[in-house]
Amino acid sequence: MEHYTYKIRDIAKRLFKEKKIDIFIGYEKGTNPFFPRPVLISRIEDVDRLVWNSNCGLNLCNYLTGRKEKIGIVANGCTSRSIVNHILENQITRDQLYIVGIPCTGILDHRRIQAAVNDKEVFEIKESTDSFKVVGKDFEEEFIKEDYLQENCVTCTHPNPVIYDEMVADPVPSRAERPVYEDVEEIESMPIEKRRFHIQKLIKDCIRCYACRNVCPLCYCPTCFVDERIPYFGKSIDPTDTLTFHVLRAFHCAGRCTDCGACERVCPVAIPIRIFIKKLNKEAFEIFSWEAGLSLEQKPLLTAYRKDDYDEFL
Amino acid sequence: MYKVVEKKEWTDSLYHIKEYKIYVPVKESYYHLFRLLTKDVSPDFSFSNTRLSPKSIIFPQSERMFEFSLSEDDPDAFVLKEAKKQYPLQAVVGIRPCDAHAFLIVKKNFDNPDSKDPWWTRRYENTTFIGLGCNSPASTCFCTEVGGDPFNEMGLDALMYDLGDRFLIKVLTDKGKTFLDKVKACSEAKQEDIEKAEELKCSSRSQISAKIPLKELLSKRILEVFEAPIWNEISFPCINCGICTYVCPTCWCFDIQDEVYKQKGDRIRNWDSCMFPIFTLHASGHNPRAEKFRRVRQRFMHKLKYYPEKYGDGVQCSGCGRCIRVCPTNMDIREIANKMASI
Repeated sequence: MEHYTYKIRDIAKRLFKEKKIDIFIGYEKGTNPFFPRPVLISRIEDVDRLVWNSNCGLNLCNYLTGRKEKIGIVANGCTSRSIVNHILENQITRDQLYIVGIPCTGILDHRRIQAAVNDKEVFEIKESTDSFKVVGKDFEEEFIKEDYLQENCVTCTHPNPVIYDEMVADPVPSRAERPVYEDVEEIESMPIEKRRFHIQKLIKDCIRCYACRNVCPLCYCPTCFVDERIPYFGKSIDPTDTLTFHVLRAFHCAGRCTDCGACERVCPVAIPIRIFIKKLNKEAFEIFSWEAGLSLEQKPLLTAYRKDDYDEFL
Repeated sequence: MYKVVEKKEWTDSLYHIKEYKIYVPVKESYYHLFRLLTKDVSPDFSFSNTRLSPKSIIFPQSERMFEFSLSEDDPDAFVLKEAKKQYPLQAVVGIRPCDAHAFLIVKKNFDNPDSKDPWWTRRYENTTFIGLGCNSPASTCFCTEVGGDPFNEMGLDALMYDLGDRFLIKVLTDKGKTFLDKVKACSEAKQEDIEKAEELKCSSRSQISAKIPLKELLSKRILEVFEAPIWNEISFPCINCGICTYVCPTCWCFDIQDEVYKQKGDRIRNWDSCMFPIFTLHASGHNPRAEKFRRVRQRFMHKLKYYPEKYGDGVQCSGCGRCIRVCPTNMDIREIANKMASI
């Protein structure tokens, strides 16, 4: 990953020198090894703050909404697809962006790593090609990356950016040819009452912090439905109101979500947020052969009509 | 007065105390939370700290305050009536000193000469706090920098010291004594136990590495910090969720909503967060903190400048470090406090 970091810095320096960008959005090293800090670089002197590693699991497209500058940005597969979606939804323009493409080898699952070291405090993650070392106060343990990838990365269909101006390395192979929906199918096969009970259990600890919503590039509504007064959506932690938030948000992301996993990564109470949106992504895929954000030529699923569209429900 | 008790006997005894609702730290999937002790629940006192603070035990996230009827036939229609509640005796066992100190900070808001929150005060009065001192503070802990200590006794009715296979318990108040008298397994502590506890205090304090220049921070003029050109850069990563405010033991803001169904309604309060964009949205539509940097600035100014200016008793932070550990974009209050102190 270090070679990615150096390449990103080289490219950013060149872009500033050639005045191709006003700002560069990437990650920098902070004080939490599992959550590198998003950073906005506006001067060439600060470019060496930029890093890339396998803990860069947010979706930087989230920081593009409403910006007017010429922006350099790092983007792996899922993030680049979110950028395509953002452009198609008029939240940013293509010519504002210089996309530094990252062929992604997968993001690490911070919860499973923490559990693997018995919750001892982690100070640093040192990466090598296929493995990583977890360093704490008085311990150092090594693990294989493949064993600790985030769930969405294990079956990633698009690790390489679908849109970019320059890549930092050669493309990497996908892990799956088509999206995998075993987890959705497991719930679909449950009888209704068991399904309801199962889903209520998944979200029982939700504290309505809205981190999942706020970290998602899709959620850019000036006023979120859940913050509206008319119609009023319950804002307490009542289980039905909480379920309404998660399910309705999933519907708003239908056909737009690129399964970047940021929502699940940031949830403070470890709710498997993705399962709701995956259900809708599965329908989009099975009924309309749709995967979001693959090309600027593809009109968004819910805005386009083709004569050969599936319409058995009409 | 010092008592000592074997760890296993302590835990076993807790199950038999019927007079209190007891809250203990419990291991969930990937983190600890304070849960009500029932026969199906196993306490885990070898935890670092809970993901969410225990503030919800005194200040629930959602709480019915009043109820009302909208039925024209009802003589009491449109009259707010206080929702009837129980305030059972409760105990929080294993609370860390930073969190107990935090309750005293929050108390300044909910229990002062100008106003007393009836629900918070009644719950707080009925709660006994049995603290557990910290032998190994995390690197994100900084209680000593904000007027606290890993074995601080503020806000506690008793303080436990983890001596390995047993707890030494220092009884601090009558409430503490009343609770501990119910644990028959406790016996008088030996001098060597008390000495071991003193050693733990020293070694623990020295493990805290974070530095916050509190004196400089408190001496800065409020407007100077407010107008310093540091906030745009500081606020960039923030996604304005409510994680920091909700896990924080010293945050106390809430919003009030009326929820109506047919002819009946409830006036409820829910935790609110200054991080949310609509936190300061006026009925007119104007929002004085529409831009992100204003909201981020607000949080740190409130915690580190407005609160000390108003109450003259330190900052509105107990150094528990939760916000640092859970922030998805690594906003770090230690770094920000240092930046504020060195403008």
